Amino acid sequence: MRRVVTRPEVPAPIGVAVPRRDAIAKVTGTARFTVDVDLPGLAHARILRSPYPHARITGLDLTAARAHPGVIAVVSSADLPDVHLVYGHAVADHPLIAVDKVRFAGEPVVGVVAEDAATADEALRLVEVSYEPLPFVEGPDAALGADAPILHERPGEQRPHRGFDEDIERTHANVCSTSRQAWGDLDAAFVDAHLVLEGEYHYPMCYAYAMEPYTAVASWGEGELTVWTSGQHPYMVRDDLAHCFGLPLSKIRVIVPYVGGGYGSKSYTKIEPLTAALALRAGRPVRLALGVEEAILTTRGDAAIVRLKTAFDRDGRILGRTGRILLDTGAYAENSPLVGRKAANRIGGPYRIPALDITCDVVYTNTAPASSFRGFGAPQVTLAGESQLDEAAARLGIDPLELRRRNVLSLRERPWPKARGLDADLDADLSLAAEEIEWSVAAGPGRGKAIALSASDAGSEPITTSVLRVLSDGSVTVMAGSTEIGQGSSTVLAQIAAAEMGLDLDRVHLVQSDTAAVSYDRSTGASRTTTLMGLAIQSAAADARAQLVEMATTSMAPDGPEVTEIRGGVRIGEANHDWGAIVRAWFGGAAGEVVGRGYLRRAGATAEMPPFWEIGCVAVEVSVNEDTGEIRVERLVTVGDVGCAINPQTAEAQDVGAAMMGLGMATREELVYQDGNLLNGNLFDYRVPRTTSLPELRTVLVERGDGVGVYGAKGGGEGALNPVAAAIANAVERAAGIRLREAPFTPERVWRALRERDRARAAAGDSVGEPPTT
Amino acid sequence: MRELIVTSLTVNGQLRELAIEPRETLADILRDRLGLTGTKVSCDAQVCGACTVLVDGLPVSGCTFLAVDAEGKRVRTVEGLATDGVLSPLQQAFVDEAAFQCGFCTPGMLMAATALLEDEPHPSRDQVIHGLEGNLCRCTGYEPIVNAVLAVANRANGANGANGANGANGANGANGAADRGPA
Repeated sequence: MRRVVTRPEVPAPIGVAVPRRDAIAKVTGTARFTVDVDLPGLAHARILRSPYPHARITGLDLTAARAHPGVIAVVSSADLPDVHLVYGHAVADHPLIAVDKVRFAGEPVVGVVAEDAATADEALRLVEVSYEPLPFVEGPDAALGADAPILHERPGEQRPHRGFDEDIERTHANVCSTSRQAWGDLDAAFVDAHLVLEGEYHYPMCYAYAMEPYTAVASWGEGELTVWTSGQHPYMVRDDLAHCFGLPLSKIRVIVPYVGGGYGSKSYTKIEPLTAALALRAGRPVRLALGVEEAILTTRGDAAIVRLKTAFDRDGRILGRTGRILLDTGAYAENSPLVGRKAANRIGGPYRIPALDITCDVVYTNTAPASSFRGFGAPQVTLAGESQLDEAAARLGIDPLELRRRNVLSLRERPWPKARGLDADLDADLSLAAEEIEWSVAAGPGRGKAIALSASDAGSEPITTSVLRVLSDGSVTVMAGSTEIGQGSSTVLAQIAAAEMGLDLDRVHLVQSDTAAVSYDRSTGASRTTTLMGLAIQSAAADARAQLVEMATTSMAPDGPEVTEIRGGVRIGEANHDWGAIVRAWFGGAAGEVVGRGYLRRAGATAEMPPFWEIGCVAVEVSVNEDTGEIRVERLVTVGDVGCAINPQTAEAQDVGAAMMGLGMATREELVYQDGNLLNGNLFDYRVPRTTSLPELRTVLVERGDGVGVYGAKGGGEGALNPVAAAIANAVERAAGIRLREAPFTPERVWRALRERDRARAAAGDSVGEPPTT
Repeated sequence: MRELIVTSLTVNGQLRELAIEPRETLADILRDRLGLTGTKVSCDAQVCGACTVLVDGLPVSGCTFLAVDAEGKRVRTVEGLATDGVLSPLQQAFVDEAAFQCGFCTPGMLMAATALLEDEPHPSRDQVIHGLEGNLCRCTGYEPIVNAVLAVANRANGANGANGANGANGANGANGAADRGPA
């Protein structure tokens, strides 16, 4: 790893690759995940799912299933009159179990609770459901047709957590939401254009494949509900549970143990309301542990069709961009309205665009619901935007790197009028990527290189709190509602607390993601945790320290000498006292505790939106096999522009992991529907990267202290995914002279494009000759 | 009544005798009967390697290996890697290289790599890559995992001799603990 550091000095242990605090638990098998949670009397649930993509439920016979030995409860929506069945943090359109009809193949229809999962499985086979199949629709273009079957007869109620301010507009009954981003004089831009490029780009329906499938355990007490879940956003889950069961927020406890991968796919509510409803009817604690094949049917990423038009002047400067994005959100809104909002915001990329007009429609189809997924709209639209830059470079005879330099935003320049100015020096980042990929050295035969960028308005809403407790021995417990999903938050947040309190790391303990014990954090997503929770912890630490200095004055030196704050405590006269001594002195015994609190909202440094820009900067070198159509990423460069790497090891790891995930989606990953059913909804047929996919890696961490967060930090962990597909498409064009606009770039698609190229060349009278092999 | 078959197997060195239903998998009985929840199940179809355990030294997928077939065999799981609280050299290398993030694939990855190193104490990078192709990791992109396995292999090549090679010996653990990750 190469580090480029121009930020000011930072206090220990900031900037140090301390070992992860979850390391020992995770390498010894003692790390507890939700599936490992056991309770006295725990019963096990299994779910019967719809075989039809769209159907009315005309009859249910649960008698035989209920009579099966070992069965505790068999539950359909009819058995839950006391539960508000339809939830959704953005649009309330999602029944926790099918009500009257099903909208995708795989939708939960009946839940069975039994003494063990095998017995529940047996009982599922005894459930009889009759359906009246309805016409169904796949793909957003078909769903927007005049005669398209309508999924939701009535629009769902708009709810406050959709993540943006404006109301959702609906222009067609199958439109879940529409977002528009526009500025400047578009007509003038296109009139003045020297070159106009127009194209249609497809981004696939992807599956995040968090290796831990969705799991929840629900247990009811005296009017209280406790839920353990694999979810990333415990406080959002709490909101939806309160809505479904009519409870005050304070009566619901959501606990998140270690999470086996999230990548956005465990954002917001998934199976928690259903699990809690089953536990309510069973009168027992219930575990619902989905298999991977069920998890695929629970949440996927939004597929995108992007029709984009960009105008350039003769020097390759962007004059204007317009287009329409169609996102396929499947049967329910989930978080796709916000994905759509962000896709419209992010399609401009980090470039100076005088005029832009983009509409994004999020469209219902009879497929599994789509929601948040790492990158969040950016991978979908960056494929289109960054492809058109290289297409323009080729047409205008300008080096693609040079064309980017001419357009890229400067530090503090605003991408659009009301947005925070860019908090990154992307011209310098481009130079780093170019150096690492050896841009000036031509790629060999059958190979091509490309560099691509993205910038995402990240961080979500800055609504975050932290409580920092200084105990009587001077050690510190930090309460942080951000979830450890593998990204390293349990290590990084503890590093921030240790630095702010002037303590060794082993004096700091972090408690995360338990809504009864830990104060509010909006979410663990949008790459926000290090930046926003970091600020809340910094503020809580400052509050605690201010109280402690005051307490030292009143209890230890009421008549002087002066108390001065030093690292880790105070100095009074010639003597140093640590925080614990002050706690003990003020309370007047060997005990006591001082509580510091940090609140973060849309004010002060985080008043402007977005809280920060998340940068994606990658370079690739690919080879193209002319015989098989297989493309291989031979070299991958990531430039992680993170402001300040609190822990360089975890920062680098997030960047590389994101880029490798992008590589999978660019080359192989795609959920395929046919006749309303998912054809490849399992890990045999849905192929994710393996060890053998690993390219030669070069990583750079850039720390210029230009973020809004502690020590100039800003978020990472998604950015490097966003431009990968575009970089690969652009490198393939330079390697083989084909333009790929439909991801994933499978061998079949590449092979067909190569043969199409050969035919076009032959028709043009070129001598094709033997195709080179790699 | 369901059919039960009394099965004896050795798990991490301890002889266990259990009445097992024929349909129960090795992962089921490790997790639900013996409380060894370190072994994780992901794809449930022998694709991802998360549930990898060693049966008589060979890596198998616990999600599809029937428990009754472990009769008379020696089973090793992630819980058996550390000795007297000292991490195996491979576990320590996973800590040092941060060869995990969410940790869900880690137990299976460690068992597969342990088998790999026991079979070939001095693997090349290519051998490590091909040896671990059956174990998926969605977080790391694999590079730190490959590096961790190679670090153990290289140490086995060096001054510490064969100690680190079988992956069950803690002699190298103290060395690894001094490594604070890449600077």
